[in-house]
Amino acid sequence: MGIDNIWVFAQAADGAPTTGTLELLTKARSLGANVSAFIAGDGAGVAAALGDHGAAKVYATGDLAGGLPGVAVSAAMKAVIDGGDSPDLIMFPQSYEGRDVMSRLSVKLDRTVLTNSTSITVEGDAVTVQTPVFGGAKLVNSTFTGERPFLAAFRPKSFVAEAGAGAGGEVVSAPVPDLGSTGGATVTAVHVEETSGPKLDEAAVVVAGGRGLGESDKFEMIESLAKALKGAPGASRAIVDAGWVPYSYQVGQTGKVVKPTVYIAAGISGATQHMVGMKGSKNIIAINKDKEAPIFGVADLGIVGDVHKVLPQLLAALQSRS
Amino acid sequence: MNVIVCVKQIPDPALPGELDPSTNTLKRDGKLILDESDSYGVEMALQLVTAAGGGEVSLVSMAPNDETSGLRTALAMGAAKAVLVSDPSLAGADALTTAKVLAAASKKLGDVDLIIAGTESSDGYTGTVPEQIAEVLGLPSITFAKSIEITDGTLKVARQTEAGYDEVTCPLPAVVSVTAGVVEPRYPSFKGIMAAKSKPVDTVTAGDLGIESVSWAQQITSVEDAPAREAGEVIEDDGETFNKIVEFLDNLKVI
Repeated sequence: MGIDNIWVFAQAADGAPTTGTLELLTKARSLGANVSAFIAGDGAGVAAALGDHGAAKVYATGDLAGGLPGVAVSAAMKAVIDGGDSPDLIMFPQSYEGRDVMSRLSVKLDRTVLTNSTSITVEGDAVTVQTPVFGGAKLVNSTFTGERPFLAAFRPKSFVAEAGAGAGGEVVSAPVPDLGSTGGATVTAVHVEETSGPKLDEAAVVVAGGRGLGESDKFEMIESLAKALKGAPGASRAIVDAGWVPYSYQVGQTGKVVKPTVYIAAGISGATQHMVGMKGSKNIIAINKDKEAPIFGVADLGIVGDVHKVLPQLLAALQSRS
Repeated sequence: MNVIVCVKQIPDPALPGELDPSTNTLKRDGKLILDESDSYGVEMALQLVTAAGGGEVSLVSMAPNDETSGLRTALAMGAAKAVLVSDPSLAGADALTTAKVLAAASKKLGDVDLIIAGTESSDGYTGTVPEQIAEVLGLPSITFAKSIEITDGTLKVARQTEAGYDEVTCPLPAVVSVTAGVVEPRYPSFKGIMAAKSKPVDTVTAGDLGIESVSWAQQITSVEDAPAREAGEVIEDDGETFNKIVEFLDNLKVI
């Protein structure tokens, strides 16, 4: 019976669908004839863009009134499925909310989940996803063996978003049923951490710093260099955990996936966690004082040296050119 | 204030990981250690119990071969007791099965105010188990907590978001997943390590928890090597290598 009816859990930010959402819709329309988006909120402002990427229908929950999407959207999805529109496959972005909605729904439907995937193939009735393990050194292919719908989450940039699908994007109300005891969490305030310059996951140049910087003040070198290259500063998990920079700077498995033209890793050893997020960069420059650091295994240009010497020299050289 | 922390015992991440050639799942039959991601939850739980002025921290874990090394680390930090589910039928279990097992194990500990878990393990990193446990138990949940306070029986959490963070409140009991860095985990003291040796660890099978048959609807069909990324030129800094970087950037026309 192949795959026909596919849902994508859609997310929006600043009034537009997220890139991850559009990537999944684009992939979905290549897999099945019948694609729907499912979104928290009224969906009105984003339905056209979702339609243009493949969603014929946009299920919209309406305002969540401070409720968290995980518990609310999964309950709304379950209600639609119980109502008779049951998909073969539901695709989720590997994001905070994507994970939460998928987790809750997996219990409601008693379905397994496959997460962190980077590709999906359909052969007859078999649906297989591929997931990188060991920092991307190996790729594991897993096939769903149970009842549909299958639930799968995909890392950002696994697919390329393309508009022009010309699907309707018709908004269909999918209200959140009574959540009972599970609905107790309420958002009381929202804080946005301001950043300037290009976005980390969209910048052509990323300059990332790690523990090798030695202390939090030295992150300034990373920011200056990123600015000089019109790029975005990034960070390893180690220095985010240490509180030097906000989480939004983190590149890696639990942070952002970046694929810039140039990735400069300064004082980053290259833990598996980190490599997953930057190995897809077109060019990698690494500066680290430990010549055994794993980062040199993926670098196109590796400098075994002290970031406190090399970075200021590099910055001065770049500034003297402009 | 009684808190349960879900902890995972994992192969040492400093050692190269290996897949079992017959099942293609991660080999977990050697010595296991406490997942560092879970040490944050243990510390958070200990601090909350101290702040509440009473109660205790209990652990639930699922691991092969009655493995307790990682649990002993968390007990040495100050947790009071643990329930360990160890059952050959659970080898290679998916996240949903794991969540059902941990939920059943936590019920064995009676009424609790809060269940804490890490956001994802450092070996499998599915990242769905905390929220799945909440759904199995019919509890509210807050994921990706970077700070937790409890006042008058209400949780107040700063929840990490893509754009910053949200303040979220929630009544107890509830499930919370915590990010690394939520607190600075303490090192077990010598006294703690000695005391941990005699703390109770209740080792049970899935059947003991009333879980009679386990299966999961996914199968690893194959494993392949990823296309290798060639390492390029690696040079020792002689005080002039910054020029190499400038040249490299120049060739790419990014400057």
